[in-house]
Amino acid sequence: MAKHKYTGIMGWIEDRLPIFSLLDNAVGTGYHTPKNLNYWWNFGSLAGFALVIQIITGIILAMYYNPSAAGAFESIEHIMRDVNYGWLMRYVHSNGGSLFFLVVFIHVFRGLYYGSFKAPRELLWMLGLVILLLMMMTAFTGYVLPWGQMSFWAATVITEFFSAIPGVGTDVVEWLRGSFAVDNATLNRFYSFHYLFPFLIVGIVIVHIWALHVHGSGNPKGINVKKGTSDTIPFHPFYTVKDLFGMGVFIVIFAVLVFYYPNLMSHPDNYIPANPGVTPPHIVPEWYFLPFYAILRAVTWEHLIPNAKLWGVIAMAGSIMILFVIPWIDKSKVRSMTFRPLSRIFFWIMVADVFLLGVVGAMPVDGIWIYLGQFGTAYYFLHFTVILYLLGKYEKTRPLPKSISEPVIRSEPVIQ
Amino acid sequence: MDFLKKNVDKIVALLTVMVLALFALRIALFLTFSPAGEGTFRYWMYDVLGIEAAAGEERPALPPNQVAWPFDGPLGQYDMASVRRGLQVYRESCSACHGLNQIAFRNLTEIGYSEGAAKEIAAEYTVTDGPDAYGDMFERAGRLTDYFPSPFANQNAAMAANSGAAPPDLSLITKARGDGPNYVYSILTGYGDAPDGFEFNSDVTNYNPYFPTWEILMMAPLFEDMVEYQDGTEANVEQMAADVTNFLMWTAEPNLDDRHKMGFKVTAYMVVLTILLFFSMRVIWRRVKK
Repeated sequence: MAKHKYTGIMGWIEDRLPIFSLLDNAVGTGYHTPKNLNYWWNFGSLAGFALVIQIITGIILAMYYNPSAAGAFESIEHIMRDVNYGWLMRYVHSNGGSLFFLVVFIHVFRGLYYGSFKAPRELLWMLGLVILLLMMMTAFTGYVLPWGQMSFWAATVITEFFSAIPGVGTDVVEWLRGSFAVDNATLNRFYSFHYLFPFLIVGIVIVHIWALHVHGSGNPKGINVKKGTSDTIPFHPFYTVKDLFGMGVFIVIFAVLVFYYPNLMSHPDNYIPANPGVTPPHIVPEWYFLPFYAILRAVTWEHLIPNAKLWGVIAMAGSIMILFVIPWIDKSKVRSMTFRPLSRIFFWIMVADVFLLGVVGAMPVDGIWIYLGQFGTAYYFLHFTVILYLLGKYEKTRPLPKSISEPVIRSEPVIQ
Repeated sequence: MDFLKKNVDKIVALLTVMVLALFALRIALFLTFSPAGEGTFRYWMYDVLGIEAAAGEERPALPPNQVAWPFDGPLGQYDMASVRRGLQVYRESCSACHGLNQIAFRNLTEIGYSEGAAKEIAAEYTVTDGPDAYGDMFERAGRLTDYFPSPFANQNAAMAANSGAAPPDLSLITKARGDGPNYVYSILTGYGDAPDGFEFNSDVTNYNPYFPTWEILMMAPLFEDMVEYQDGTEANVEQMAADVTNFLMWTAEPNLDDRHKMGFKVTAYMVVLTILLFFSMRVIWRRVKK
């Protein structure tokens, strides 16, 4: 029999299915992790935790939800009023979506700051972006399900944008809606997708973690570490306990939101049943879509270029797609912004720009907001193309330490 | 190439400044020459900062009055006596035009009525049931399982009876409007005589600055002493408005009391657990040398 440390029943199982060593190597003592990971590295496991919460509460809600134009709104109110703890499940699910995005956005910005996308982790980064795209589709289809005013009009506005595709636009819109207008058929297929996508996310998450384990976690210094040296510590117990502490903080914030401000993230109009005859004054998406919505609406030069709407769609898709190729745009060998003084400044300008786009996305396409939106969009693409390229090529970086422990003179073993 | 390498920071900075300057110029031009309107900087000055109400523009609603509600805050709970008084106001005034289609008579036991009392209230309503064994619809007295009947047969009937605008169902109204409870209270107490020079766009509307356009189709629904409270509370307009707001918050969020109580337990438990986890982490990490 194979050599391993397990005995008894665990040993018997391990001989036939090496599940224990798999787990141990994934999140146990067998996974060697840099010892200097800061709290920004908590957000990966938090995202996984948020995903599990969404799936569990979602499956429970699906037991009571009625995916029909006539019954959807009523069934949500049934869940809120008559189902035991239905209000809890629904508020956890609706706020959990928001927090999932918050956690994932921080995770992505962490990757940008510490150069987690650079070689040899390009595929890891791209898989993460695929997860983000799937999340966006899941969230959008999910937002339509309560069949309130914002649900209905968000579905109408967003599917309408595909009509900009030359030649086949109308066909594509009808294909997406399953009908000539957003109606019962649209709701049914969105529900089907909303149930499907999370399991695709789970699949990609597994591959994402697989890819992570090939070269291991990056670290705030952005240098390569060798496993088994004084630079690494086992994932368990050091990062399991740190992740648990992070989860505790996350749940406290989550609880305050769910129990005391359950409707803070949602729009009042979604408590009005969908009415195709009445358009809300301002149609706005959930907060996590606002920067993308601003980019979508930024191209308004109908008088200058044909098909401005199409370019809006291309710009929005491009805002994520550009992130797929940044490992080849930013060619700097130095990963972490800690040693890239100029890049660090531009990183924070980019973050501010995304916030600006978020504000613009919440405003009507009118007046100054048009220009701020165009400026924000232009700068966003300028950053991820020209600025990133120039910085990667010419920036004078600070010298890298040889190891994580280098600044300390002592060279004792890490674990006593 | 050497020149580029030496001056990369200056080039990038120059590029950024140029883009920034171009857009700053564009925005400055816009601010100077564009008309005031929704979404513009001027609109923002007028209506968000409250500097000046622009003449000739559509009148945006005044921000609602801020009232301290018993259900506010982490420990807030409904004042059930007020909720019951609000039910009385709803039944004697609002229900003439507004439905309450999410609330069943059985729900009234949750605000302090006995089952018998809820049955009596239900029996005061007539509901349509059927079809019976012969295929006919028939009318009968309401039961606990029935929902509050709608004042109009359908949407078109509601519109026809109300100058073209159907009165909204009130079950979720405090969640379906921004700052809902304060909005409802402000609308109910916001009626008054239009100031001199106020121009109505319609001759069937009433002056109410808490409603967008400051013109509302609904006539002032509350008058002093229009209801007689059984508990002797004085029925002035503010009292009735507050009571009916309490009631409508309950109809929108009937589980708020439970939610607040559970929230306190969950949050307190998680704070203690998180503190313990923090110190566990500190103890375990003591083994790691920097």
